[in-house]
Amino acid sequence: MKIHNLKVVYSADGQIVHAINNISLNMKKGETLGLVGETGAGKTTLALTLLKLLPKQNGRILEGSILFQGHDLIQATEADMRLIRGSQISMIFQDPMSSLNPVLTVGEQIAEAIKLHMDLPKDQVEKRVEDMLQLVGIMASRKNDYPHQFSGGMKQRVVIAIALACEPDLLLADEPTTALDVTIQAQILDMMQELKDKIQTSILLITHDLGIVAEFCDKVAIMYAGEIVEYGTAKDIYEGTFNHPYTEGLFGSIPNIYSTTERLNPIEGLMPDPTNLPSGCKFHPRCPKCMDICQSEQPLFYRNQEHAIQCHFYAHREVREE
Amino acid sequence: MQVQSPLLETRNLKKFFTTPSGRIHAVDDISLRINKGKTLGVVGESGCGKSTLGRTVLRLLEPDSGEIFFEGENILHIHKSEARKKLRDMQIIFQDPYASLNPRMTISDIILEPMKINRFLPTTKDLDDRVNELMQIVGLAPRLYNAYPHELDGGRRQRVGVARALSLTPKFIVCDEPVSALDVSIQAQILNLMMDLQDKLDLTYLFITHNLSVVKHISDEIMVMYLGQCIEWTISDELFRNPLHPYTKALLDAIPIPHLREPGFKRKSIKGELTSPIDPPPGCRFAVRCPYATEACSGKDIPLREVETNHKVACVLFDK
Repeated sequence: MKIHNLKVVYSADGQIVHAINNISLNMKKGETLGLVGETGAGKTTLALTLLKLLPKQNGRILEGSILFQGHDLIQATEADMRLIRGSQISMIFQDPMSSLNPVLTVGEQIAEAIKLHMDLPKDQVEKRVEDMLQLVGIMASRKNDYPHQFSGGMKQRVVIAIALACEPDLLLADEPTTALDVTIQAQILDMMQELKDKIQTSILLITHDLGIVAEFCDKVAIMYAGEIVEYGTAKDIYEGTFNHPYTEGLFGSIPNIYSTTERLNPIEGLMPDPTNLPSGCKFHPRCPKCMDICQSEQPLFYRNQEHAIQCHFYAHREVREE
Repeated sequence: MQVQSPLLETRNLKKFFTTPSGRIHAVDDISLRINKGKTLGVVGESGCGKSTLGRTVLRLLEPDSGEIFFEGENILHIHKSEARKKLRDMQIIFQDPYASLNPRMTISDIILEPMKINRFLPTTKDLDDRVNELMQIVGLAPRLYNAYPHELDGGRRQRVGVARALSLTPKFIVCDEPVSALDVSIQAQILNLMMDLQDKLDLTYLFITHNLSVVKHISDEIMVMYLGQCIEWTISDELFRNPLHPYTKALLDAIPIPHLREPGFKRKSIKGELTSPIDPPPGCRFAVRCPYATEACSGKDIPLREVETNHKVACVLFDK
């Protein structure tokens, strides 16, 4: 998957909402990428764009390309996309309570995906449904139960079973555990980790929780106001010497359970209004390291191997790991 | 612990909800005490009864049995009008700043309302000054005086919730997941605000949350709840240094921490889910998920006992 210069806008009340501004991102096969950002950073919009599921009335892809296994998804027709969705790229939504159909049994819902994308005889479909349920740790005998008979954690397992039923090459997981309690979240994450090793799917994990990313991802992209401001391996982000000021601010905002700090160091101010983004670096009004140039010029990426930081502060410094 | 009369104390507090399928034991025999100027953190997963506890303490829900003492006085036994005066000193900040503010009232009206109802200040001028003062205390710009809640982001709305709770100069505030609905950077701003206010105004907090890192940051003592019962109670640092109850250990283990783990790290997550809170059988309610469960865990209720100084736990593993 190769995303190049992607730009997405929403129009609302005659105003243009700049949801995604010039994002370029590469994902290799079998890789897990964590996409981190706060509410309104454009994380979910990016996932929806990859599936071309943006709301038709007001969402528009302005420019850019999304190359997936050599094909540009932006040029693809709706019929092509239907073949891709669920079979090659599938998605796990945030809220398991609302992403399942309450009037179909979970077995029927898993079978639906299989029937659409795999040419299997009826008994094989049933077999596969049972296999999928077992894979996510639910007894196969429960396939005739309805979603309301399952708890939140179990429902999310069902959603994952549906997403994985056709062995997709890429799985988009949009905050898959945010709606769950911590002990259940731990169970789901453990399970996803095992599945990842078992079926070699690439995963794009969208979350606001830096803790989950630390446990789960190989690569990390930090998103702010529709841009990726930092990209690197997990080691670059968590243990590297240089980070984007926004990334530093995110870490400073999390209370640490293994050390005692008197006060947190939050980022001052608020997310910018996406209809009226600041000039220059989008983060400059909140940035403690803000310089004159930040207010007028869009910073470039400064790279060291795979680690890239979009910040003027690093313009004359070599971003090099110790 | 110094001998000091607590600001708030509950004894054997119980709150049950009757449903067609039985009684839900939402708060089951909770005895807590909080000293003046301190913060007691209440942690637990959804459905463990922590919000019900917060509301029962304020008499927003009437308890089924037990006693609540505020400044040494049993607030369940005093006359209603008398109780109302007492309850001015006890306020609450709600979880969801989107649902807890009336969309048809301006920010100033929202902050003003409790003072109006309680005839807190004699003149309109005084009230107005007080609203401005409160807005300044919580860091809201004066230009928002006539704004409506929808014009504000989550962090600012929660500041309005804080200002409203402070308006009657309370001594005690129940904070029911005040930062759970907010982004991390905003969450940190609100936490800092609440800690500053505690220092400045000598407030006492009952801080309810499911987020263990937040609770550690803000609390002096922590109580861990599971299905309506308190299963462990100790000083904040001690809980993280030396968790005793298997459930507490599992909870601590389950938090994803923002550091890279050793390669090959394997978490010990607990199996299963919360069992039903409807008419639970006597015995440890965590036993069905507990890796150390034995026969001794069921049959009779396990009392909360002090096993080390200032460290109470309800678990048979620590029977001597």
